[in-house]
Amino acid sequence: MSDFLAMGGYAAFVWPAYAVTFAVVVLNIVWARRTLARSLAEARRRLSVSGERS
Amino acid sequence: MTWTWFHRLGSPPYVYALAARLTPWFAWPAAVLILAGLWGGLMLAPPDYQQGEGFRIIYVHAPSAWMSLMVYTTMAVAAAVGLIWRIKVAHAVAASCAPIGASFTFAALVTGALWGEPMWGTYWEWDPRLTSELILLFLYLGYMGLRAGIEDPQRADRAGAVLAIVGVVNVPIIHYSVTWWNSLHQAPSVMSLAKPKMPLSMLTPLLLMLLGFTLFFVAVLLVRLRGEVLSRERTASWMREAVAR
Amino acid sequence: MVPGFAATATTGAAASALEAARLALLRDLRLAFRKRGQLVQPLAFFVLVTMLFPLAVSPELSRLRELAPGVLWVAALLASQLALEFLFRDDAYDGTLEQYALSGQPLTGLMFAKTTAHWLLTGLPLALVAPLAGLSLGVPAAAIPGIIISVAVGSVALSLIGSIGAALTLGMKRSGALLALLTLPLSLPVLIFGARATQLAINGASLLAPLELLGALAVLGVTLAPLAAAAAVRISLE
Repeated sequence: MSDFLAMGGYAAFVWPAYAVTFAVVVLNIVWARRTLARSLAEARRRLSVSGERS
Repeated sequence: MTWTWFHRLGSPPYVYALAARLTPWFAWPAAVLILAGLWGGLMLAPPDYQQGEGFRIIYVHAPSAWMSLMVYTTMAVAAAVGLIWRIKVAHAVAASCAPIGASFTFAALVTGALWGEPMWGTYWEWDPRLTSELILLFLYLGYMGLRAGIEDPQRADRAGAVLAIVGVVNVPIIHYSVTWWNSLHQAPSVMSLAKPKMPLSMLTPLLLMLLGFTLFFVAVLLVRLRGEVLSRERTASWMREAVAR
Repeated sequence: MVPGFAATATTGAAASALEAARLALLRDLRLAFRKRGQLVQPLAFFVLVTMLFPLAVSPELSRLRELAPGVLWVAALLASQLALEFLFRDDAYDGTLEQYALSGQPLTGLMFAKTTAHWLLTGLPLALVAPLAGLSLGVPAAAIPGIIISVAVGSVALSLIGSIGAALTLGMKRSGALLALLTLPLSLPVLIFGARATQLAINGASLLAPLELLGALAVLGVTLAPLAAAAAVRISLE
């Protein structure tokens, strides 16, 4: 196990690289979902406003 | 028959519903492929003859770099379709691509730097590949910045489309010109990242990762697309039912 | 308005398009000469930027000579950026740009005319001033013709590329940083080849190769940029 983590001495490079990529993947998921939620809220708001007027 | 399918893709309510339905069909296979790729790349693939365990960065670097280019191309094609045929949904696709592409370009640069330090002895090098990748990041940021700076959504769509298309012209120019620059200046040799004859045990996880990330891109795109489609509709009646859910 | 514009519309399409472009070009030149002070600004900026390096890096001419190609071209790029503001700003404000778009004349041709005027007013003067800045950086006098010609040709591409960004950011307040973000990545090949040409000129070698590439970029720009700029202007005016 410790051999695996040590990555033949390259651990300081390999693991941060994987971490950054993983972070970007997670960021994309979170960011996309948040943006969608915001668009939905905005759309509901717009519809309710226009609904009141009609 | 085929044209019906194409026409339907131009319809915002259809695309909105379709995107919601399709997302899991891309998200879950993406997760499986990426996990399989990680398993193969980290556990099963043997260490490299020259680079030892360090070469395993390829399993995150190559997919990121692939994403950065593939997403830009998708963005530019969608933008062109939207501009030429005036299809709002196409513009929505282009807008959805940009943040995804930018984030993976960043990942490609960082993972590349982390690979470069142990292998080349430097985190950064102004060689053609790195420089053009950095420029790609600026192209994404420029596109996003332009869209953000224009208030009218339709104008933002079309101006962004012009920029995305012009940017595509730039990419081969940049690649080409820095190759000439390289030969004129005789810059230090660039290490080839793609090994011509990779053993299957190393290649397979890479292919799994590349495919997995591509499917991941589509899944994220579909999520973003829904929001973009919504924001382009004013008070269309189909929206009431769609957003109530 | 531009006198004669309406008249040209009846005399045959190609001839009138050319005539319209010629009129637009002359108009821009005439208006620019009325505000001669403005013309000097990009040149002054250019000289100032090149001045920064001897003061910040080292006053040794031998060191400066090494940096000279890069310094000259970065300064030229930045000065050309600055000058882009003048390209469309006034015409957008007083409605001339709209008139151009509605005139029935090919907007692409008018964009090309405006960009040509812009080059004559900024790029060409820059090419003439660059050798002076170069001399202050220890560049040998023999390199002067090479510098003039490389900056002259390179700035053509810079004006053309810049016109696209300027058209896209039309009407935006404080668009300077965004304009730079859009234009500079597209201008990088010009920077690379221009600096290479200047380096060869300093070394006394033939700068034909990079010069040809600069020319190719200029030609590419001429064919594509006015088209993109016209499309961008139409979008911005909607």
